[in-house]
Amino acid sequence: MYGNAYIDPNEVNKTHSVLADEDPKLLAEFEARIERGEKIEPKDWMPKEYRKQLIRMIEQHGHSEIIGALPEGTWITRAPGFKRKLALMAKVQDEVGHAQLLYSAAETLGKSREAMINDLITGKSKYSNVFNYPAFTWADACIIAWLIDAGAIINQVANAKGSYGPYCRALDRICTEESFHLKYGHDNVVTLATGTPVQRKMVQEALNRWWPPIMHFFGPSDKISSHTEILMKWKVKMATNDDMRQQFLNMYVPKIWDLGLTVPDANLKKNETTGKWEYTEPDWDEFKRVINGGGPCNAERLAVRRNAEERGRWVREALKAGQTAYVVPFA
Amino acid sequence: MNVAAIKELLYKVADDQLVIGHRNSEWTGLGPILEEDIAFSSMAQDKLGHAQGCYQILHDLGEANPDQIAFSRKADQFHNCQFVELPNGEYDFSLMRHFLYDHADQIRFEMFANSSFEPLAKLAKKVKGEIKYHVFHGNTWINKLSTANEVSKIRMQTALNESWNYALGIFEAGNFEAELKNEGIFEGENALQNKWLEVVCPLLEKAGLTIPEKSSWEPVLGGRKGYHLAHLEALVAEMSEVFQIDPTATW
Ligand SMILES: [Fe+2]
Ligand SMILES: [Fe+2]
Ligand SMILES: [Fe+2]
Repeated sequence: MYGNAYIDPNEVNKTHSVLADEDPKLLAEFEARIERGEKIEPKDWMPKEYRKQLIRMIEQHGHSEIIGALPEGTWITRAPGFKRKLALMAKVQDEVGHAQLLYSAAETLGKSREAMINDLITGKSKYSNVFNYPAFTWADACIIAWLIDAGAIINQVANAKGSYGPYCRALDRICTEESFHLKYGHDNVVTLATGTPVQRKMVQEALNRWWPPIMHFFGPSDKISSHTEILMKWKVKMATNDDMRQQFLNMYVPKIWDLGLTVPDANLKKNETTGKWEYTEPDWDEFKRVINGGGPCNAERLAVRRNAEERGRWVREALKAGQTAYVVPFA
Repeated sequence: MNVAAIKELLYKVADDQLVIGHRNSEWTGLGPILEEDIAFSSMAQDKLGHAQGCYQILHDLGEANPDQIAFSRKADQFHNCQFVELPNGEYDFSLMRHFLYDHADQIRFEMFANSSFEPLAKLAKKVKGEIKYHVFHGNTWINKLSTANEVSKIRMQTALNESWNYALGIFEAGNFEAELKNEGIFEGENALQNKWLEVVCPLLEKAGLTIPEKSSWEPVLGGRKGYHLAHLEALVAEMSEVFQIDPTATW
């Protein structure tokens, strides 16, 4: 998961005022470099707003990886059979590794891993909303591994073409691993969907539960604002939320139907004239409620993470003993 | 070749690997630092692979297939030592258990590599290369945490005290010690324990830890005979929860 940077609704209507105190000449050079497709590196000049938005985005992505390990992680101990248990362990391990890579990328912009994790456990920074929903059954874990990772890949492949060098390089590596997750998830869902009646029922029910969060995954339609525009111009945001959602539907709805599964949205269909998918508008009030802490698992996820941080504090303290200066990673 | 003796040996070793692997995997997402989540997950994957390898040999000797053995038995059919079934507790205990257990594991598989029982020797040659990294990881961290500061030192000493008698239980004698030795299959638990003491005691002392008084040594036995703590029952129930929805289905 899942570099979906949710733009704070309060920031959407900000104008170019964020650039008011930037040196126009440096700003023009910076924008020209991005225009030419060059990567921005940690020591390069960048507008304060660019730095701020990137930190927020990469950090959210890192948090999503580490929080995402929780709903799937609870199924490692219950995975049915050696093959699944080993594969799920490796997958969730990858996700934790992604968090590590992403935190390192964000650290190059000047925020320490510790500060980021602090903001996570105090609820100050966000993570992908989907992880505030429970994984009730084994089939839920399989649907997550297939479709949530599929969504993540769409998002991350887009972001890998962004402008910030360390983030792009982290994403290239992450995307390679995500493609294995997708394969693993798909294989699991195929097994259930072509299995016994009990297994088919399990996987259909899981899909029904996960469909609304999946539709929420890419975020609400982007408001056309100067803020969004500037993030796209700076190649911080690489595709609109709606475009990514369309891409996802186009790639995966046919695959879902092929398996004899149904999608719990009677209005879902491809409009052959426009080439676009039509669907029931997701409940964005619910989305906002969940992202602001009101989802079924927000409290639990943060409590688990906070508890892990508390219990591990003595280890981190011990590691500091004898260590002199903090070294910023070379991402 | 004494098949009953070999089976008993393989069951206990495989069950140790399966259960410690399961415990290691419980650190996923919850470790004190991300790097340790990842390390414990790697070790868990290796252990599971080792368990699978041993169960496969058992299967070749006529037992059920690895999935059925691992995911269909009741707790009292497991032959792991009680040490590995204890809950993870805090990181100090998990780390100390990992250190003590993996040294025993390393020596055991080095012995297996010379076994007259070919399939075991073959498996052991592969496995011991992986355990080397587990031991290296354990050594590094035991050293680091036992010498870092007062808090961590006390924690590691306490973990050692709590672990010691359980660790001695790893070496509970089986029913075929003499047969295994005579046929060159395995040197036996007694020899293993002696070698283990020769290795771990100096390392612990070097890390500044005190090994419990010899008069207090009381190996926790029973695991090898199927006597377990309630923890294992819970672990086994959790592990087989999905598989048991339909043990004949493909998952
Ligand atoms: Fe994921
Ligand atoms: Fe990931
Ligand atoms: Fe993934």
